[in-house]
Amino acid sequence: MAITIALAGNPNCGKTTLFNAMTGSNQFVGNWPGVTVEKKEGKLKGHKDVRIMDLPGVYSLSPYTLEEVVTRNYLISERPDVILNIVDGTNIERNLYLTTQLMELGIPVVMAVNMMDLVAKNGDRLHINQLSKKLGCPVVEISALKGTGIKEAADLVVATANSKDKMLPVHKFGNELEAILNKVESKLGAEVKEEQKRFFAIKLLESDEKLPELLEYVPDITKEIEEIEEQLDDDAESIVTNERYQYISSIIKSCYEKKERTNNQTLSDKIDKIVTNRILALPIFAAIMFLVYYVSVTTVGTWATDWANDGVFGEGWSLFGLDIPGIPVLVENLLTSIGCADWLQSLILDGIIGGVGAVLGFVPQMMILFIFLAFLEACGYMARVAFIMDRVFRKFGLSGKSFIPMLIGSGCGVPGIMASRTIESDRDRKMTIMTTTFIPCGAKLPIIALIAGALFDGAWWVAPSAYFVGIAAVVCSGIILKKTKLFAGDVAPFVMELPAYHMPTITNVMRSMWERASSFVKKAGTIILLSTIVIWFLQNFGFTSGSFAMVEDMNDSLLAAIGGVIAPIFAPLGWGNWKFASAAITGLIAKENVVGTFGVLYGFGEVAEDGVEIWGSLASSVSATAAYSFLVFNLLCAPCFAAMGAIKREMNNTKWFLIAIGYQTGLAYVVSLVIYQVGTVFASRNVSIGTVTTALVVIAAVSGIIATMARDRKAGKSIQCGCDCKDCGGGCH
Amino acid sequence: MKTLKEIKCGETVKVVKLHGVGAVKRRIMDMGITKGTEVFVRKVAPLGDPIEVTVRGYELSLRKADADMIEVE
Repeated sequence: MAITIALAGNPNCGKTTLFNAMTGSNQFVGNWPGVTVEKKEGKLKGHKDVRIMDLPGVYSLSPYTLEEVVTRNYLISERPDVILNIVDGTNIERNLYLTTQLMELGIPVVMAVNMMDLVAKNGDRLHINQLSKKLGCPVVEISALKGTGIKEAADLVVATANSKDKMLPVHKFGNELEAILNKVESKLGAEVKEEQKRFFAIKLLESDEKLPELLEYVPDITKEIEEIEEQLDDDAESIVTNERYQYISSIIKSCYEKKERTNNQTLSDKIDKIVTNRILALPIFAAIMFLVYYVSVTTVGTWATDWANDGVFGEGWSLFGLDIPGIPVLVENLLTSIGCADWLQSLILDGIIGGVGAVLGFVPQMMILFIFLAFLEACGYMARVAFIMDRVFRKFGLSGKSFIPMLIGSGCGVPGIMASRTIESDRDRKMTIMTTTFIPCGAKLPIIALIAGALFDGAWWVAPSAYFVGIAAVVCSGIILKKTKLFAGDVAPFVMELPAYHMPTITNVMRSMWERASSFVKKAGTIILLSTIVIWFLQNFGFTSGSFAMVEDMNDSLLAAIGGVIAPIFAPLGWGNWKFASAAITGLIAKENVVGTFGVLYGFGEVAEDGVEIWGSLASSVSATAAYSFLVFNLLCAPCFAAMGAIKREMNNTKWFLIAIGYQTGLAYVVSLVIYQVGTVFASRNVSIGTVTTALVVIAAVSGIIATMARDRKAGKSIQCGCDCKDCGGGCH
Repeated sequence: MKTLKEIKCGETVKVVKLHGVGAVKRRIMDMGITKGTEVFVRKVAPLGDPIEVTVRGYELSLRKADADMIEVE
């Protein structure tokens, strides 16, 4: 008989390790529909018909975070046969808080107490028989890390699922609350099954806002809420939470013997004392970030990317003095030897293999970065990164953990975007994904070099100014986006556990790295491949001498034609020239292509990386201000297809993907427009209609923002959160 | 009214009442800071905010603005 087991527990309780141990390699990773939360599913080892769902780690079944809502909805609407609740034995009090909530769902629960080896090492004792009696569910001891007790836990779960016993919660609250809960239970409609009544009664009492999504008939219990609030002098939600923790404290006394500690400091405390020390924390943080950047971006990362892009998907590479030709070279030889048509050869080589190369070329570097990230997350340092950097980043609506995507993004935006996975809050994660590619990546450097060399005599300030524009774009976007409808409302509180440090296992780190890398290939690969082929087509086909055919000269191509059509759009930015427009389009394949395209379009064929050959042609076709506006547009607009694929994969939602790309391109347009128009005034002291219009738009936008802030302040609303100050008590104003 | 925000590092206090509403308050309660709980203030982040406390035997970090919602004695 087919059984579904749901694996539920707090974050950092060893859930992933247990899931890996129970399923082995037999697992599928995806996303919950439409949201950025990861979904994992697998088959129990040795049982083909037992499915295990790994639910997101949550502390509670309250309706506030995305993870909580996903977990709740799954448990209530899918109703698994049994819940395996994994509990951290070293932190049992808070872990049992979720357990008591799971018990109320009317689904049989089996509890696995993890890290029992650490409990024993600390000299503490947990009486699981006593705990099992008090909670009314079977309890087993395990150590997911050492692999002990897992078989027993699995057998017990399967046996519990097969016994078909209805499980009713044993735990009781105080008399007043019990009386009210019984009243509420009797008001519930017939749609609610007997064993689910407790859950819904409590949620009703807590005035759970997501309840109408789960219940057809929501009874009115205002009177009951008033009654209990008057009796116990608190709000109903707090009453339930307090009583839950009181109940847990009462059973812990009889089940858990804590050894008196002579030395109060564990190893983890000692590490933390140094790592988050007021003076040492920032230098240590900087050193760790430097190491991550140095290895995964500058040294090993560059080597890996070059090997993949220029070796395997390029000319070829050598292994111990043995020359191994690149895939394109091999394929080209093969195609030539069988006499393949020119256009097909070009499609296969430049379109398909080029596209596959664009997908796979980033993977080796990404894997190196993901090993670091998995390690930092698993050992507990990532939570400290958020702790250390929170103050700086929250002002821009970002998380302290946004630092890492931004840093990596200065090397390559693709792994940068993928690194946003470590941010818990959905809102912060989306904001980070949208802004990471504003930081100039390695592939944008040739564009900077080209513009600096061609129009600014290689002035020193051009490159730093590009980074400044990128950082300013991140900061301003954070401040602006935070105010929009998109990001308003669902503010995630920063109340975060700082888990004890521990050494992660190699298997877990490698598995996490592999999951992320393969999900990039699978989910981002399609979009990258397709768009590369489309651009290839546009570049190589066109109308020559009256008929549609493959073209030799890019000047005759469809791309050039499109460049000509869209060029007027960029006229206000100073570069309404089809060559510039076409170059910007080819920049979508990879930003460094902008330079190469100019080379071809100005008739130089292949050019050096900084395009030194075409400096003269460029300088004669646009003004310095226009060139700088072109540079800024390319830095900020939609990134390359690989990065867009990564954005699509991480957003997991077409609407949000389009919002992100649209916002980036829109911002790029506005900023370039301002730069060109304002720059032109300073350069020529000539005021045109366009300049006046731009100035007016800018003044209107800035005063709009100031006016909103002033209005909020006047209305007693905080500038930081936009909420009503008198209801909040947040103390931020 | 004294709040958790004003407590110095190294001091242990008892929670009297939680002010505020909605997600942040619920989250604080879910994490175990409820009426009568003892909270030990461990440290302040290098940039002055957030703070780290020990509650129910584990480490928790929260922003000073949120700590201001927690009345203590």
